[in-house]
Amino acid sequence: MTDADTYDLECTGISKDFGSFRAVDDVSFRIPSGTFFSILGPSGCGKTTLMRMIAGFEDPTAGDVCIKGKSVLSVPPNKRNVKMVFQHLALFPMMDVYENIAYGLRCAGATKDEIASKVADVLERVALPDLARREIHQLSGGQKQRIAIARCMALNPDVLLLDEPLGALDLKLREAMKIELKLLQHQFDTTFVYITHDQSEALVMSDYVAVMNAGRFEQVGRPEELYHAPQTAFVAGFVGDSNRWTGRAVEVRSDGIKVETDAGLTVIAMAHGNEQVVEGQAVELFVRPEFISATKPGTPDSDLPADNSYTGTVDGVLFNGANSRVLVRGPAGDLIEADVVVTGGADDLREGDPVRLHWARAQSMCFAS
Amino acid sequence: MSQDTKRLSLILLFAPFALWIVLLILLPHIGMVVLSLREKVAPRVYEFGFGNYVDFMNEPIYWNTLMRTGSMSLLVTVLALLIGFPVAYYIAKIAGKRSRGALFLMCLIPLWVSDLIRAFGWILLLRETGVVSSLLVWSGMTDEGIEFLYNDVTVVVGLVYTVILFMIVPLVSTLDGMGDDMIEAGYNLGGNSLTVLRRIIIPYAMPGIVAGCIVVFMLTSGSYLTPILLGGKNSSWFTEQIYDQFITRFNWESGAAFGILLLAFTSLVVWLGLRLSGQSLANTVART
Amino acid sequence: MARANTNKALMFGYRAYVAAFFVFLAAPLLAAGTFAFNDSLFPALPWQGFTLDWFFNDTEPKLGMFHDRRLLRGLYYSFVIAMMVSVLSVAVGTTNSFLFIRREFPFKNALYILMIVPLVIPGVILGISILVLASNVANSVYDRFEIEIDLLRPGIFLVVLGQFSFITTITTLVISARLRKFDSSLEEAALNLGAGRARVLRTITLPFLRPAMIAAGIVAFLVSFENFNTTLFLVGSESPLTITMYDRMAKVGSTPVLNAVSFFLMVGSGLLALISVAIQRPHPSE
Repeated sequence: MTDADTYDLECTGISKDFGSFRAVDDVSFRIPSGTFFSILGPSGCGKTTLMRMIAGFEDPTAGDVCIKGKSVLSVPPNKRNVKMVFQHLALFPMMDVYENIAYGLRCAGATKDEIASKVADVLERVALPDLARREIHQLSGGQKQRIAIARCMALNPDVLLLDEPLGALDLKLREAMKIELKLLQHQFDTTFVYITHDQSEALVMSDYVAVMNAGRFEQVGRPEELYHAPQTAFVAGFVGDSNRWTGRAVEVRSDGIKVETDAGLTVIAMAHGNEQVVEGQAVELFVRPEFISATKPGTPDSDLPADNSYTGTVDGVLFNGANSRVLVRGPAGDLIEADVVVTGGADDLREGDPVRLHWARAQSMCFAS
Repeated sequence: MSQDTKRLSLILLFAPFALWIVLLILLPHIGMVVLSLREKVAPRVYEFGFGNYVDFMNEPIYWNTLMRTGSMSLLVTVLALLIGFPVAYYIAKIAGKRSRGALFLMCLIPLWVSDLIRAFGWILLLRETGVVSSLLVWSGMTDEGIEFLYNDVTVVVGLVYTVILFMIVPLVSTLDGMGDDMIEAGYNLGGNSLTVLRRIIIPYAMPGIVAGCIVVFMLTSGSYLTPILLGGKNSSWFTEQIYDQFITRFNWESGAAFGILLLAFTSLVVWLGLRLSGQSLANTVART
Repeated sequence: MARANTNKALMFGYRAYVAAFFVFLAAPLLAAGTFAFNDSLFPALPWQGFTLDWFFNDTEPKLGMFHDRRLLRGLYYSFVIAMMVSVLSVAVGTTNSFLFIRREFPFKNALYILMIVPLVIPGVILGISILVLASNVANSVYDRFEIEIDLLRPGIFLVVLGQFSFITTITTLVISARLRKFDSSLEEAALNLGAGRARVLRTITLPFLRPAMIAAGIVAFLVSFENFNTTLFLVGSESPLTITMYDRMAKVGSTPVLNAVSFFLMVGSGLLALISVAIQRPHPSE
C-alpha cells in the first residue's frame, strides 16, 4: 500500500480569493480513511468555501485537492465522488423519498433492479425501510436528515461532506442526531467531513477536529488534544469555556511562568503554543472553570496547598444541574467562573458567601500575544 | 365575536364577490349560451335549436379559422416558453442581486404599454416604408423596400412579443423560490447539466411553466389587435370572425355561438394541458 | 452562483442572448416613441430633424396631440373610466382578499378557482357576453314598461363593468398576497391592548394592506387604460383613447401624432409602474 492510499482526502496549500478578500489561506491537511473529521470555526472563517472547493463548486486560487491520492481539480462537481449533505438538506420537493435516493443512481446509469435494491438497502441502513414512497414534506426533521444522508450514501462516496446539517433542528433533536450521525458514520465506514460552528457537535462526534479561523487552520487534532493542549490562544478560547485574562509575564522559569493580569491578579501558569514567552511580554491566560475548585473557607479541602489560591465572595450562582457554576468576585475585583456541585443541601455556596478558589499551575494556559 | 356577527360579516364579505361573479361572469355567459341556441327562422321569429352550431360545422372557413387560431396560439405558447425560459432563469438565478431587480423591471415596463402601441411600433419597424426596410435599402442590401407585414411569421413574432412577459413573470417567481443548493445537490449527486435541467429545474418550475403557458395561450387565442394590425384583414383570427358576426353582420346569435365555441375550445386545450402536466388551476395561475 | 466552472464562452453567449432579448423588447417601443420627435408628416425614415410640433403645434397639417380635440376627449374618457375601474376593483379586491384569506366557508376552493377564471377568459368574450346580457335586460324592460335604460346600452358604464369584471381578479391576487403575509398576532396584540374590531381594522390591518392596495389600484388603472379587446364591444359614443387611436390608425393611417400619444402614454405608465414597484418594495423594518 502506498502512502497516498491511506488518505481519502488530501488538501495541499489551497487558497481562495474573492477579489481582494482571501477566504481560505494556504490550508493543508490529510484525512485518513474512515474517520469523522470536523472543521470547526466561527461563521465567516472560510469553512464553507473550503468545503465547496472540495465538492467542486468553487475553484481554488492555489493549491490542490486529492481524493484517494488523485487530484480532482480538473474533475467537474458532478463527476467527483464526494457527496454532500447541504445545510438545508436540498431534498428535491417534487420527488418522493425513493426518487430522491434514486436520482444519483440514475445519473450513474444504474439499471432499474440495481436502483430498487440499492434504495431498499440504504433505507434499511438508515432504519427507515418503510418510507420509500413518502413525499418530502411528510417527513419529520430527523427523517429528512437521514434521507439526505441516505441519498448520498447510496452512491458509495469516497468522502461525505456535511454542511452544518443540524443547524435547523431543535435542541433535543440535535442532541439525538449527534449520536446518530456518529453511529451512521461507523456503520457506513466512510470518511465524513463535518462543517460546524458548534464546538460541542465537533467534540462529541469527531475523531479529528480542525479549528479554523480567518481562512487558516489554527490546529488539527483529537478533540481532547484541542481541549487540553490548545496550540493557540484562539483555540483555547473557542473550544470549551474558559476564564480569559490578558496580562504580562513577570517571571519566566522552566517550571512555570508568573503572570500579572491587567486587573492585578498574580497567577502561576504554564506556557502553551509554539511561541516562546519571554519576561515582560504581553500574554493571554486561560483557565477552564472545571479546574478551579471553589470551597468554603474552613472545610478540609480548602487548606490543600495549591499553585494558585485566592479568596473572594460569591457574586452569583448559575444553577444548571450537573453543569452548575459560581461567579466569584476575586481579590482584584474581577469575576472568575468556577464549576461547583450543587446538591441542594446546606453546604452549597450562596450569594455573598466567602469562598476560596484554587487550581494547579498546569491548568493555567499561557499564550504569548 | 359572537356567532351572529361572525355570520353577518361573512355575508357582508361574500356579497361583493357574489355580485361580481354572478352578474358579470356567470349570468352573461349563460345569456350567451342561451342566445347562441336561438335559431332565426324568419325575420324577428326565433326558435330554440342548434342551428348556429350546425352553421359553424357546415362552413369550413369557420372551422379552419378556429383550428388555425388554436394551432398558431400553441405555437406562440411554445415559442414564448422556449425564448422566455432562459431569460427568466438568467434573471432569477444568474444575474447579480442588483441587476436582477433592474432586469425584472425592464421586463415589466412594456407590460404597462398598450397592445395598440406595441403593434404600432412593430408596424413602424416592419412595413415597406418602415425602419428595417429603409435601413436595408440604405445599406445597399436590397434595391427596393421590403414589406415585412401581413404574413404569418410577423403575426407570430408580434404575438410572442405581446405575451412573452406573461410567461417570464411567473417563471421568475417560481425559479426565484428554488435554492441554489437544489441545483448544486443535483450536480453533486452526479447529474450533468442536462439531467439537472430536466430532472430538477424544470420539474421545480413546472407550476410556473404551466401558469405561464395557460395565460399566454388564452391571451393569444383571445387577442384581436395584434393579428389584425400585423396580419392585415386576411389574418383569419377567430376573434375577427366574432367581431364580424356581431358588429358587421349584426348576427348576434351566431356571434354568441362563436364566442362559446372559442371558450369551449380554449378551455379544452387548457384542461388537456393541466391533465398532461399533472397540475391544477389553483396551484399554477392562482399562485402568480 | 449556481455553477462556478461554467464554460466562459457559453456564459458569454448566454449573456448576449439575454441582451438581444431586451433589444427585441425595446425595439417597437423605441420606434413608437422616437418618431414623435421627427419633423415629418410620416412616422418613417429619413430623419427630418427634431420637433415638438406633434405635441404642441395648433394648426393642421401638424396638429399636435395637446390641440387635437378628439384625442384629448379620448384621453379624458380613458382617465374617467380607469379611475372608476380602479376604485371599484380595489374595493372589491380587498373584500375578496379578506373573504378568501381569513374566512372558511363551503366550496371555498371551487369558488376560489371561479375567482381566478375571469383572468383567463378572452377579453373579447367578456365584452360580448356583458353586451349580450345588458342588451337583453334593456330590451325586455323596454318591451314591458316602455322605459329605456340608457345605462345598459353601450357606453361608459358598460365599459367600466366589462373592465372591472377581469381587473378585480388582478387586484384580489395582489392584495391577498400581502394579506397572507400579515402576522395576525399584531391584530391580537391590538385587541389585547383594548382596541375594538373596527379600530383594529382601521389602525392595524388596513395600514398594513395600504401599499398593496395602492399598487393594485395603479395596476388596475394601467390595465384599464390600455384595454382594447373588452372595451371594443362595449363602447358607445364616448370613445376612450385606445379606441380613438385605433380608429385614427384604421381611417387616417399612422401619423406622427399617434407617436406623440404613444410617447406620452409610455412615459405616464412607466412612471406609474415605477411608483407601484417603489410602494411595494418591502421596508427594511418589516
